[in-house]
Amino acid sequence: MIAEFGQVSLILALVLAILLGTLPLYGAHRGNETLMRLAPSLVIGHFVFLAAAYVALSAAFLNHDFTISYVALNSNLLLPWYYRLSAVWGGHEGSLLLWMLMLGGWMLAVAAFSRTLPREFVTRVLAVMAIVSIGFLLFTLLTSNPFDRILPGPTDGRDLNPLLQDPGMIFHPPLLYMGYVGFAVAFGFAIAGLLGGKVERDWVRWARPWTLAAWAFLTGGIALGSWWAYYELGWGGWWFWDPVENASFIPWLIGTALLHSQAVTEKRGSFPAWTVLLSIAAFSMSLLGTFLVRSGVLTSVHAFANDPERGLFILMFMAVVTGAALLLYALRAPRIMTGPGFDWMSRETMLLINNVFFTVSAAMVLLGTLYPLIVDFMGWGQISVGPPYFGAMFILLMTPIVILLPLGPFTRWKQDEVMRVIRPLAASAAVAIVLGLIISAALGAWNLRAITGWIGGIWVMAGAIAWVTRQWRSSRSGLALHQWGMTLAHFGVGVFLIGVAMVESMTFERDMRIAPGQTVEAAGYQFTLHEVTQVKGANWRADEARFTVHRNDREIAAMNPQKRLYHRGGQVMTQVALRPGVTRDLYIAMGEELDAESGAWSIRIHVKPFVRWIWGGAALMTLGGLVSASDRRYWRRRRTEAKQARTAEVPA
Amino acid sequence: MTPTRKKRLTLVGLIVLGVSAATVVAITALQDNMLFFVTPSDVHAQTLPPDRQIRLGGLVADGTVSRDPDSLAVTFGVTDGAHDVKVSFNGILPDLFREGQGVIAHGFMDESGVFRAHEVLARHDETYMPPEVMRALEEAGHPMEASMPR
Repeated sequence: MIAEFGQVSLILALVLAILLGTLPLYGAHRGNETLMRLAPSLVIGHFVFLAAAYVALSAAFLNHDFTISYVALNSNLLLPWYYRLSAVWGGHEGSLLLWMLMLGGWMLAVAAFSRTLPREFVTRVLAVMAIVSIGFLLFTLLTSNPFDRILPGPTDGRDLNPLLQDPGMIFHPPLLYMGYVGFAVAFGFAIAGLLGGKVERDWVRWARPWTLAAWAFLTGGIALGSWWAYYELGWGGWWFWDPVENASFIPWLIGTALLHSQAVTEKRGSFPAWTVLLSIAAFSMSLLGTFLVRSGVLTSVHAFANDPERGLFILMFMAVVTGAALLLYALRAPRIMTGPGFDWMSRETMLLINNVFFTVSAAMVLLGTLYPLIVDFMGWGQISVGPPYFGAMFILLMTPIVILLPLGPFTRWKQDEVMRVIRPLAASAAVAIVLGLIISAALGAWNLRAITGWIGGIWVMAGAIAWVTRQWRSSRSGLALHQWGMTLAHFGVGVFLIGVAMVESMTFERDMRIAPGQTVEAAGYQFTLHEVTQVKGANWRADEARFTVHRNDREIAAMNPQKRLYHRGGQVMTQVALRPGVTRDLYIAMGEELDAESGAWSIRIHVKPFVRWIWGGAALMTLGGLVSASDRRYWRRRRTEAKQARTAEVPA
Repeated sequence: MTPTRKKRLTLVGLIVLGVSAATVVAITALQDNMLFFVTPSDVHAQTLPPDRQIRLGGLVADGTVSRDPDSLAVTFGVTDGAHDVKVSFNGILPDLFREGQGVIAHGFMDESGVFRAHEVLARHDETYMPPEVMRALEEAGHPMEASMPR
């Protein structure tokens, strides 16, 4: 029953999405108020039915309804309830459902929080988002229905992929999808602007908090994914330049450019067309990301079972959405191409440079990710692009960003003088160079990467602090929330940089053979293996190694990595032991038993300096994005206008 | 030309110049970091791109995995059904490395005809098979049915 209930809900959601994508849009075109007024209730209905479908699938997981093949493939009787709930998005079909639920949620939020924008504009935004929803609902119903039955159902399910049975994995996909889908709001805004034939600064201001929120979720999602890969895959890396990772990173880069270009368009009215184009690009790249991950056209360390037919559907959908959007852009953009001029030394130029570098970086990642596909398609052989390509390109492209970042906020709009901008930052530059050299020397990290990382990181952080201090002094009311948000995010960039530079240059990493009773030395730590024993969990059993770690003859940690065997799928999984720290992580992963007699195992030991700073920096960026998005300044106009509307209603 | 337009033109020119330079650098970097995928049959036919890191893919041949008792050195055969290549590796093999399963190794062919791998990747999922390996098996005339779980 529950599956049919979910199925019917999905179909009803599709019907409402079709109505929403057509009638109010026509109403907006003809200026028909009645049709436009339909939009909010359709949005509510659309969301309610998506939520019902989602709840139905969750209930099926909780009740072990293995006659639903998706449940049978991704759950089993031994799985704890919280993983049964997160297993809803553990596979392709369910994650699509989550995607659509979020889209419905964003639409609901747009309908609720934009009442004072011109009705035509909001209606168009909602209709465009509904059209996106139609595509995904069709996709789900036609190619990847989570409610498909297998009769008779198996007595037990196959189990959720053990890699996904992890707290990090519970939150990673929802956050990432919140980000992906959030860009649909900016996309809807761009299309609505093009349809209406104009982009007003107020509308850009309206789009900003949504973009900021989407960007913040995406940042958090990517960081969580990186953290998960770090402790779950057992390789100790934090980023692999893997196609699936790139798929989420490209929208992030475009989104970052979009945030900064929106600032210009809102404050000064310059480059509106570019902002619109970036909004289209950010969402198209999110669709492309979904396609790359789901189609299986690329070999990836993270790739899970997939189906080319689905990939084709998404690819066609993406072609239609992006193609239509770009066509509309080509037809209408010349009309909205206006904006005041600016001097070469101005905030506009600074943000333009930011945009150039971020979009070029995105293009670079896209090229590296798609190149193997192109080569294969042309019949030139099968290749893949190694991580050094991406690493080299990023160092090249991000260096100017890091150097210029602190200057940006200090620069005035329209026109400024170089000396006026540089003067307040002289102290920060001096501090960065001196402190960077001292710290690198003190840590023994005397190599180019670490030194430049420290100097660059401190320069960015000190620049952020210098800006806050100056703003604090010069204005009585203190800083606005969006200014705090920007500063936090920029400070986070500095923290992140230091983390990356230290991990990439100073990681101690070795695979070794070790038998019980032996001690190995790694980067000043002594790791002693005492024994390897058997332990049991809810749905697995494992070999567990008991390590103690000493430094300077003092025991600092007991670490117990495991090699798990999951009962149901028969999958083997490495459970690493981690001892996190602000300045270094200790990391042990078990390889395999080499010799049953002596009990020797192959063991991978890492000592990773400052690795937490990578995610710490990303967390600061996420927080900064959310703080900025919550600034009342983006919502204020609504209130004053609502007030005016109220006063107007009072009969004279 | 007005001064504003001149400025804008300079700006646009600089951007175009920068982007073209970046493209050149990117293409060069791309050429340097390309990894070619080869099958044991390619190795046998000696159609390898010389002096290059390559990705070798196929199935781990049954009964070929042998370990050195005192170190992490391990050797195994990779097969596409038609031909075999011996691979040597020093390190920890992935969790899902098993005889008869798909595998991809990164490394070089040495003079003695042994593939020296510095990285070995296996699948990450019970049902997943690297697409290149799947195709390589088909081309060698030994397609493998991806087993659907029940």
